[in-house]
Amino acid sequence: MADAFIELDHVEKVFDVRRRTGFLKRERRRVRAVDALSFTVARGEMVGYIGPNGAGKSTTIKMLTGILTPSGGRLRVAGIDPSRERTRLAHHMGVVFGQRTTLWWDLPLIDSYRLMHRMYRIPDARYRENLDRLVALLDLGDLLDVPVRQLSLGQRMRGDIAAALLHDPQVLYLDEPTIGLDVVSKTRVRRFLRELNAERGTTVLLTTHDLQDIEQLCSRVMVIDHGRLMYDGPLAGLHEAGESERTLVVDLEREWPPIDAPAPARVVRVEGPRQWLAFPASRSAAPLVAWIAERYPLADLSVREPDIEAVIARMYAERAGRAVP
Amino acid sequence: MREVFGARGPSRVAEGLRAYRLIAGMWIRSTLAYRASFVLTVCGNLLLTGLDFVAILLMFSQVDALGGWTLPEVAFLYGLSVTAFGTAQLAFGSVASLGGRVRDGSFDTLLVRPAPVLAQVAADRFALRRLGRGVQGAAVLGWALVAVDVDWTVAKALLIPVTLVSGAVIFGSLFVAGGAFQFLAQDAAEVQNAFTYGGTTLLQYPPTVFGRDLVRGVTFVLPLAFVNWVPAAYVLGRPYPLGLPAGAAFAAPLVAAVCGALAGTVWRAGLRSYRSTGS
Ligand SMILES: Nc1ncnc2c1ncn2[C@@H]1O[C@H](COP(=O)(O)OP(=O)(O)OP(=O)(O)O)[C@@H](O)[C@H]1O
Ligand SMILES: [Mg+2]
Repeated sequence: MADAFIELDHVEKVFDVRRRTGFLKRERRRVRAVDALSFTVARGEMVGYIGPNGAGKSTTIKMLTGILTPSGGRLRVAGIDPSRERTRLAHHMGVVFGQRTTLWWDLPLIDSYRLMHRMYRIPDARYRENLDRLVALLDLGDLLDVPVRQLSLGQRMRGDIAAALLHDPQVLYLDEPTIGLDVVSKTRVRRFLRELNAERGTTVLLTTHDLQDIEQLCSRVMVIDHGRLMYDGPLAGLHEAGESERTLVVDLEREWPPIDAPAPARVVRVEGPRQWLAFPASRSAAPLVAWIAERYPLADLSVREPDIEAVIARMYAERAGRAVP
Repeated sequence: MREVFGARGPSRVAEGLRAYRLIAGMWIRSTLAYRASFVLTVCGNLLLTGLDFVAILLMFSQVDALGGWTLPEVAFLYGLSVTAFGTAQLAFGSVASLGGRVRDGSFDTLLVRPAPVLAQVAADRFALRRLGRGVQGAAVLGWALVAVDVDWTVAKALLIPVTLVSGAVIFGSLFVAGGAFQFLAQDAAEVQNAFTYGGTTLLQYPPTVFGRDLVRGVTFVLPLAFVNWVPAAYVLGRPYPLGLPAGAAFAAPLVAAVCGALAGTVWRAGLRSYRSTGS
């Protein structure tokens, strides 16, 4: 852990929420948005940070950037306590909020960049070099003179990403950077982030609800729920953690009652002569196939790998205490 | 970048002023891009804010004195108050729109930039058209200085710029403190306007036309009296309101400094209470 760049040690954030329950009547409630959260991220890592709505992802990022002060625990980024030395840390980090822009809404994009050039004290040559590179990579050439409020969502997002990187930050936080982007824009942004991380060694922490972002970008994923870390490891490991299942799709020669397969395999769906059987991802499909082939008029079959979305949905649902489908 | 990281940075005030200059400069450049429209809005602002003085002139077409004060004397009050207020409003007026940014969470974005937040908020949408008010106030003040019947001394002459600066600081503190209040109550802009705009209108009339309790409040609670009433009484050789001690006029910078310090404290407390939004 010598090279831990981001360090969280039992970090908490509690919000006091006041709610009107009637005329002049108020109810106070404490929301523990982040609960004894501990993890470290090394320099140059690219980490996906996922979890269901209200899990505490944005709250974590707000504490990492110094917007919010933790209610408890210890938090360091590059050795700096973000909420105490916010402006010092600001020189070293870039932030992109998918939901809102950090650009100056009424002014042309280039004005925001010029202002950041001065505000971050970026040396002239470095600024020009970075701007040229970002404009080329994010295809911003035609947009520089357009007021930010006239940009489409995807254009604005690319503009925001460039703004977050003009000063060569050591760490980039992205809170839902691909929200609302079309397929082409998503691909472009993902490719850009991958290159940024590979070539510049920028540490990246990314929250998203689009698991393809994670699949394509992050070797490490952290799952949180109710402010607590549920999983931390490679994406592939989620399958085991989530007790995922593979699916055997069987085409019989004609319609047939559901196959009476040996447990734990079971039929989950029947559609005419086609039947779907779920079985644990950790087991081989061969015995099951053999068993069916012996007893049923088998025409064709295929095995589907577990869908990461389904794995995570299952994980979220388990946490919420609901029945697992 | 490394220099800023390693070395101890320049003082926060210098940083704030620098950020203010950069942001205000950007807004000024963008305003001046439409020169004709800019000239029009400044003139409009000048005329609109000048209506207050027209009201005073109309009053004096009916009477010779207001609370015992002549037209040039009231113009002197008006000039001091409006010039100080205009300067403060130009510099800090944008703080009044803080509530909206707190409510919609866009205040978050100011906190991730390497510049003091107050400077960013104050310089946001820097509106050079507000220059109209100060220019108009200064013009009235200029006329009043020529027209009033005063035996000028060095002390009296020096008191004028000192009062203007102090007055601007007092009003500026009010803008900042009122803005800080919006961290708690995001729709408090109206309350703030009552104090700032209400205050400058009040000060355009001599203290003698108001009730004693109001004058007391404006002197000791919200020390607006030091923007013009007290120093003007000294310059014009009139008794101080409330029988304040002899040196009271020269306490204006002190009062301003205390206001500034209090406003700074209130601002920091407000900022500390900021808790962002849920999305
Ligand atoms: N400023 C705030 N005031 C009160 N409660 C808050 C605030 N910010 C967040 N919360 C609460 O904290 C919890 C975590 O919110 P957070 O925004 O961190 O979730 P998230 O993981 O980013 O969710 P999403 O995927 O919906 O963006 C939620 O229950 C939310 O209601
Ligand atoms: Mg969020």
